[in-house]
Amino acid sequence: MKETSYRPSGKNLLAAIPTQIVLIFFSIVAIYPVYYMVVTAFKTRQNWLHDQFGLPNPITWQNFADAFSRGNIPLWFGNSVIVTIFSLIVSTAVSTLAAYAIARFRFAGRALYFNSMIALMVIPPAVLILPLFVLMVNISLINTLTSVIIIYSGLLIPFSIYLLVSFFRSLPPELFDAAAIDGCTNLDTFWRITLPLSTPALVTLVVVNALFVWNELLIALVFLQSETAKTLMPGLTTFKGHFTLNEPLIMAGTLIATIPMILLYLFGQRLFVEGLVAGAVK
Amino acid sequence: MPDKKPPPRLAFRKIEPYLYLAPATILIILVFIYPIIQIIQSSLLENTASGIKTVGFTNYRLVSEDPVFWTALQNNGKLLFSVPFMTVLALIIAILLFEHVRGWLIYRGLIFLPYILAIPVVGTTFVYLLGLNGIVNTILESVGLKFLTQDWLGSATWVIPSISMVIIYREMGFGVVLFLARLMSLEQEILEAAEIDGANWWQKHIFVTLPQLAGVLEFFIVVELITMLSWVFAYVFTMTGGGPGFASTVMEFYIWKHAFAFRSPGIASALAVVLLATTTLLIVLQLRLRRKSLEETA
Repeated sequence: MKETSYRPSGKNLLAAIPTQIVLIFFSIVAIYPVYYMVVTAFKTRQNWLHDQFGLPNPITWQNFADAFSRGNIPLWFGNSVIVTIFSLIVSTAVSTLAAYAIARFRFAGRALYFNSMIALMVIPPAVLILPLFVLMVNISLINTLTSVIIIYSGLLIPFSIYLLVSFFRSLPPELFDAAAIDGCTNLDTFWRITLPLSTPALVTLVVVNALFVWNELLIALVFLQSETAKTLMPGLTTFKGHFTLNEPLIMAGTLIATIPMILLYLFGQRLFVEGLVAGAVK
Repeated sequence: MPDKKPPPRLAFRKIEPYLYLAPATILIILVFIYPIIQIIQSSLLENTASGIKTVGFTNYRLVSEDPVFWTALQNNGKLLFSVPFMTVLALIIAILLFEHVRGWLIYRGLIFLPYILAIPVVGTTFVYLLGLNGIVNTILESVGLKFLTQDWLGSATWVIPSISMVIIYREMGFGVVLFLARLMSLEQEILEAAEIDGANWWQKHIFVTLPQLAGVLEFFIVVELITMLSWVFAYVFTMTGGGPGFASTVMEFYIWKHAFAFRSPGIASALAVVLLATTTLLIVLQLRLRRKSLEETA
């Protein structure tokens, strides 16, 4: 996407003032909850009771120290990292392979398979959780990170295949013909040509999927019920229940859970934008 | 590359694509297909007094006689009304950003930020912001509208509109980014031509910009309509727990409640099938609409 835009003619600075005011208003609305979370996390409870909205006075790190020592936040954080990494590895691996087949081969059922992916994207996870819960209990995977890794990997496949097929189809076909003439097998072509050329699409996909897995609540809540198996999102709801009367501590917990995504956003805003737009443009 | 390998045999060629599809297919069967078949089956099973399971529609009858089910369905319906609001807002902001105001990249960055925040994080924060002493009431008081102040999430009347506001807060940025990307790919000449022909700001955008955004608008609206039916659990769970009473219970939340709190899998399954049917209906409708509009333009 080009980051330039059309500039209407004959607009002076004065005429831009109402626009600026509207945009500043929406920007403040957008960041206010984040501001509130940050300033509250650095306040003492006394300070918060007297002044909910102002800057912290004095600034305290105690809430973060407490969040780390009094709850299981470090453990949950680690679990979230593990679940996110493995779900992304599994879903990306199986989706690239499948998308390659759909984009490069002609076979019976190809169109049906691709269209089914679009249909699967709209299935509410709430519909799937009960049978999956029974299944996970039966195969003794309940309260294990493996259970949610399997489910997340599966849930990510339709969108991943959809995005990757569009991308693979945009690669120049001459490259594949040349590779075939040079005696590459299809698997060679996949590994040595398609994948290296697809790095930008893969990075985008991984970033968007990471956002989904890191932030997901319902599935984590159902399948990770034991205190030690929880990831951050269900963990936070427990944490909130334990410390209902200590608002600054709760905000410190939510801030810790948010930091990885904010960092990812600061460094890769472009990737988020591209990934989310890519699904729509096709 | 030296020719080391013999050319693949024809039989292998035929099954090769299916081998590539196999791992993804196994996961899809496990995570989507198997649960859907199971949920439909278990929604039709019922326990008789003798402990033997028989087939019937008792679960569906019980669901249809349950007022909370109707409340939940209505609440999802009410949430659908946030979609036009967020679409129009996102469209206006995207057009303003597109007109290339100073600092548009910064504005885009800030306005998109809520979309990357986890719903539990947004929900937890808004519980404070919408509380009795929260920022919303504080602002209302300071501008002399004290009579409007509420316990926003504690009032049966206001809880759904309040949740709607929070959903709009988080989802709108996605629309802005989407529309802006599409706007930037438009032909500039057409807009310039419209200006030369003397079109004013409104005429230019309504008659030139909007028709070209139709595709991406449709995409956003469909995605958000589905979100209102299928992805609002985390908002309700973290902000209200379905309350006060059952006033903010939505379908997903009620399914979860029956499955894991009330331990009535039959009812949960019937509810799940109703939700599945509703989302399917929405998609079929959208596909038909799209086909119709294609025929008309053809």
